[in-house]
Amino acid sequence: MEVWQFCEQSMHPAWSRIQGPTKVTIPNEFCDPVVAHELYNRYLDEWMLGDELGYNIFVNEHHASANCMSVSCTLTLSILARQTQKARLLSLGVPIANRTDPYRVAEELAMIDVISKGRLEVGLVKASPFELSMSNQSPARIMDRYWEAHDLIVKAFTSREPFSWEGEFYQYRNVNLWPRPYQQPMPPMWITASSAANGRKIAQLGYVCATFFNGKGTKMLFDAYREEYLKTHGHVAPPTRLAYLGMMVTGHNEAEVAERVAKMQVYLDVQPRTPKEWTNPPGYESLEGNVKALQVGKKGGRLNFGLPPNPTMEQMIEGGIFFAGTPDQIYNQIKKFSDSVGGLDHLLVLSQAGELSHAETVDSLTLFAKEVMPRLKELKSSHEVIPIAAE
Amino acid sequence: MLMTALPDRVSVGGATLEVLRKGKGQPLLFLHTGHGIDPSEPFLDALASEYRVIAPAHPGFGSSDLPAGITTVDDLAYFYLDFIEQEDLQDAVLMGSSFGGWLAAELAIKGTGRFSKLVLMDALGAKFGDREHREIKEILNTPIDDLPATLFNDAQIGAKKFGNLDFPSMQEAEITRFARNRESFLMFGWAHALFNPKLVSRLHRIQIPSLVVWGEQDNVVAASYGQAYAKAIPGAKFASIPRAGHYGYMEQPAAYADAVLKFLAN
Repeated sequence: MEVWQFCEQSMHPAWSRIQGPTKVTIPNEFCDPVVAHELYNRYLDEWMLGDELGYNIFVNEHHASANCMSVSCTLTLSILARQTQKARLLSLGVPIANRTDPYRVAEELAMIDVISKGRLEVGLVKASPFELSMSNQSPARIMDRYWEAHDLIVKAFTSREPFSWEGEFYQYRNVNLWPRPYQQPMPPMWITASSAANGRKIAQLGYVCATFFNGKGTKMLFDAYREEYLKTHGHVAPPTRLAYLGMMVTGHNEAEVAERVAKMQVYLDVQPRTPKEWTNPPGYESLEGNVKALQVGKKGGRLNFGLPPNPTMEQMIEGGIFFAGTPDQIYNQIKKFSDSVGGLDHLLVLSQAGELSHAETVDSLTLFAKEVMPRLKELKSSHEVIPIAAE
Repeated sequence: MLMTALPDRVSVGGATLEVLRKGKGQPLLFLHTGHGIDPSEPFLDALASEYRVIAPAHPGFGSSDLPAGITTVDDLAYFYLDFIEQEDLQDAVLMGSSFGGWLAAELAIKGTGRFSKLVLMDALGAKFGDREHREIKEILNTPIDDLPATLFNDAQIGAKKFGNLDFPSMQEAEITRFARNRESFLMFGWAHALFNPKLVSRLHRIQIPSLVVWGEQDNVVAASYGQAYAKAIPGAKFASIPRAGHYGYMEQPAAYADAVLKFLAN
């Protein structure tokens, strides 16, 4: 099992002053550039430490958000491409349905792959619904746009000749990717999913399927992926295809763990606070999904990770949202979760969130890397745990 | 209510549309808002006492088909040009409310040969102001519970039009209409934000008698915006209706019908 260090690069010192939504409408008065300077550099330092400790690196982006100051996966990764040595570098992801220029996305990603000597992993995501207010791209037909952008990026990566593109959403007289990716024919591709239907689509493409805070829903997704992969490709999915994101913190004793969990847990309150008109604008979810939600009287956005309000540490651990404990405890939690989903190839860990300080983050990351990571590497990967019989 | 199916069907270029047909006499094409038509709408009944009202559910709305390639208001306008020819409308009244008013304006600038009068009620679609101020309130993603108070002067009347937003008590088909209308309204209205930047410079082409009717309490597009609309259409008259919001014709049907019928009679 590979472990990926993730952090949203939050402006958490401002959180206590923010009432209501933490994104979209929150004025940038709350984003003190002096504090932001310190934080950006702190988070980069933590990833550079992670590189030395044996983590891979996973970055994301959001916009107008107190929970995530990374405005571009490729900006963050371009720094880390140069400043790290060994870690794989995952963008998860570039919200391509929000980008007006997918050719440019391919260019930036290819440059990162070349500078990092082929360490890039390309994640392409649908984007959160509230991001559409900043990108000004329509929620309607978002997935049609997503797939056209995807097809263009893949062709740009793999084509060795200039080509033109006259699609419904994107038009180019001349696409000619300089540089071409270091990894041939292209870097590993990742897509996020939470439903079985989307998992199947990713399996057909043969990409890595990642799911975030999906808890009990993960097994159904992974089973669907494995089944569809076998059906499409005629062999079981290689042990590099299934990824899960949860929060993670470790400590030297249970009291220390509880203290660190409390500091990180603030994230669960702050992160979902979205202006209600942007939680689910029409067109973002499928018509069928919206109808089903209305039938049960649900008019707003998404559930908060399926957890009750103010969840206890035990509820978060049980729900597969948080891996938290001493090294032994946390190993057992991860193993149990991995077994419950039929095996996990990539563990993505949100290892800094909320008010967890730099010193605590460094200590937790170091302890995990020394005491837990070697044991996780030994864990059998997904296709070895549950062989799927061919039909 | 707005989630009730329209009774009739019509086929246009292979696409089936829902349509409400009521009354006899001179034809009147009514183009609906972004949230559909109530088939028992008193305002339309009042019009139908003197006119032959034809009120289709736009492509993508209600259970009307959405033909491939129809994604913009301009596409919708061309679709309706086909419909108007197929119905062989002559000397007809062209009328629309809100999103439908925008659509009526888009049709009218393309040619008014088949129409003798134009009525725009609380219409969207135009951009009069500067680049740093929005004139049209964002109603494409209004939270569902806020729709009645946003679109109506009297939120209780509005809530009733939306079946009190009591979705668990509704039929699946009714919920689907509601959700589909929101999705299609957003698709057509998204960019630019509920307007066509070219529209205002083309409104001078409308050379038929026109009336612009506005709810005094329209908080989506203010009455001053309606006055600017009337000013941009040669010779257009302007009327405002008290105690009426953006979907004013639904809450003050008698006052709207009175203003419209008087204009049409002259």
